[in-house]
Amino acid sequence: MNGANALIRSLVDQGVEVVFGLPGGQAIPIYDALYEREDLRNLLMRHEQGAVHAADGYARATGKVGVCIATSGPGATNLVTGLATAYMDSIPVLAITGQVKTTALGKDSFQEADITGITLPVTKHNFLVKNADDLPRVIAEAMYIASTGRPGPVLVDIPIDVSLAETDYKPVKEVNIRSYSPHIEINDEDIKRAAELINASERPVIYAGGGVVLSGASEEITKLSDMTHILVTTTLLGKGAISEYSPHSLGMLGMHGTAYANHAVDQCDLLIAIGARFDDRVTGKLAAFAKRAKVIHIDIDPAEIGKTVAPDVSVIGDCKEVLTRLIPMVNPRQETDWNKKIMQWRTEFALKCPADDGEIHPQCVIDCLSEMTKGEAIIVTDVGQHQMFTALYYKTTSPKRFLSSGGLGTMGYGFPAGIGAAVGCPDLPVFAICGDGGFQMTLQELAPALEYKVPVKIVLMNNRYLGMVRQWQELFWNRRYSGVDISYQPDFKLLAEAYGAVGIVIEKPGEVKDAFARSLEIKDKPVILDFHIAREENVFPMIPAGQSIEEMMVNRPR
Amino acid sequence: MQHTITVLVENKPGVLARVSGLFARRGFNIESLAVSITDDPTISRMSIVVSGDDSILDQINKQTDKLIDVIKVIDYVDTPIVERELAMIKVNAENMQRAEIMQIVDIFHAKIIDISETTFTIEVTGNTDKVDAIERLLAPFGIKEMVRTGMIAMARGSITAVG
Repeated sequence: MNGANALIRSLVDQGVEVVFGLPGGQAIPIYDALYEREDLRNLLMRHEQGAVHAADGYARATGKVGVCIATSGPGATNLVTGLATAYMDSIPVLAITGQVKTTALGKDSFQEADITGITLPVTKHNFLVKNADDLPRVIAEAMYIASTGRPGPVLVDIPIDVSLAETDYKPVKEVNIRSYSPHIEINDEDIKRAAELINASERPVIYAGGGVVLSGASEEITKLSDMTHILVTTTLLGKGAISEYSPHSLGMLGMHGTAYANHAVDQCDLLIAIGARFDDRVTGKLAAFAKRAKVIHIDIDPAEIGKTVAPDVSVIGDCKEVLTRLIPMVNPRQETDWNKKIMQWRTEFALKCPADDGEIHPQCVIDCLSEMTKGEAIIVTDVGQHQMFTALYYKTTSPKRFLSSGGLGTMGYGFPAGIGAAVGCPDLPVFAICGDGGFQMTLQELAPALEYKVPVKIVLMNNRYLGMVRQWQELFWNRRYSGVDISYQPDFKLLAEAYGAVGIVIEKPGEVKDAFARSLEIKDKPVILDFHIAREENVFPMIPAGQSIEEMMVNRPR
Repeated sequence: MQHTITVLVENKPGVLARVSGLFARRGFNIESLAVSITDDPTISRMSIVVSGDDSILDQINKQTDKLIDVIKVIDYVDTPIVERELAMIKVNAENMQRAEIMQIVDIFHAKIIDISETTFTIEVTGNTDKVDAIERLLAPFGIKEMVRTGMIAMARGSITAVG
């Protein structure tokens, strides 16, 4: 067989069931090898950025590696944003790119780009394959690297002559990379010291990040919190690490976190960071973050320990494994005055939907969706105000059900990632919460969503503004709304219909629930729910960038 | 504080770019870098001189170690090491000055490896201080060209990087 067929065989042998991609000259042999192949589904996307976000959404929702394919040059460079998105959030993605033939490499050939060079900073690792015989091993290694240790995206670049070269396919059973050993021996002494700190603390708080979701440690977190009554705040990517219906959940912390989570972190005497990396959107001003607390940091990546915050005790290892061994050493405890104090904050600073004033408020839309789906749908957000409203008002019950571009903050992520999630989890309703700005960056993926009958429900928070930037301009730039008015836009209902999808316009608060109910009945195509929301709504609470909780705005300043 | 870090990497194309690119984008300043193959042809050895406080060096070590092609990172903090660097210095050497330059070369146990009507080319090995010192002493004669390899290092005694 030729290299391209060996590549596809390798993917199938690695358990890959679906790929998202777009062909091009240098990827034709790869697409030829996919032709009439029944054991590997190919979803033809309309832009490579859509393909990589779809692979990313598929990976986040299923826990498997998401795979995308692009051609050389512009096809490959169009993947970069999606790879950077996956890299920042530690998502296992495999990107396969066509490349010009090996003898044309480095000659500025037509549609040549040094994609391994370009993606060095945004991939966990990448490969340029120069011999077809290497393909099965490289694919096995790429899948292994993407999915083990701290996961991340891996790119495999395949020149067309390698795709065309004859090779004997030999399946690779075992991967052994001498310079990569993701299985870390957990140090018992560290676990013991962590348990001692927890047992000695009076005002502990758990700060759970995306690592908890990735390692599948939700049960352990819930168990630890149930037996100790230690409350849990999560990051944006940690949403679902503990059910947000749990009395022990404090919701999200950080810049747009709940006031009670931020007060708890500010006043705690022990911060137990699990699978979290002290991102600046979480910590704000570092010197003032959890300044009264000792810190325990549990993470699989040794480089995260001490990168931003120097912990008092650190445990390096997989969160689930660490917690399983830690829990028996932690003393159970009853609710304390500390719990009562946090409950007071929770009442005092409870999130409230704005009162009905005839306008549709995004908070109420999300609250309604949360109630209707009981937190059991897959929620994918784009990036902006709607993302933060969703993080605050949607109560996620389980991990892998809230997907969002956290680290990179990629507008255009939500809808294609929603397609990937829906393909990976066809039995769950998928809602892509988007702003009208971000949706217009990748809306061309309506075509494959229709073609493959992917019933993503697009919840469009339409305020005809680039809302988050407008909010910053309102609060910090003297209301100079430069470059944020996007009133010139399509009629989204007609746009949906142009593609063959369903469009529903919602203009009054009373129509919100019915619109969601209608959308849930449509199971074979996407729906655009065009919510005409209050134009100048802001996300609160807000701690301005680089500030401390003292500067927190709970409401719009007068 | 200055450190000499030894990095053992897979001897593959592009690995140097991975390491140096990591240093550049994370804001770690490389003061010198020497790379060559080892006795095992599949392994290359990089000697990198960097400076920074403890937390920066900790990050340098950990982030470098994370690269898939990096086999091992060794920061000789508590281990006594031998460090050497080689320099070639081409210096003006008119008739009047030759004796004086040769004296300096002798004192530093350096070597004159090339000679012309108007120049000497001098080879010197040693630690940074020694190379700096001979450079300073030769400067008044007029240095026409100089090249330094960057520092290479090894632990003293029986300790090895590979082991």
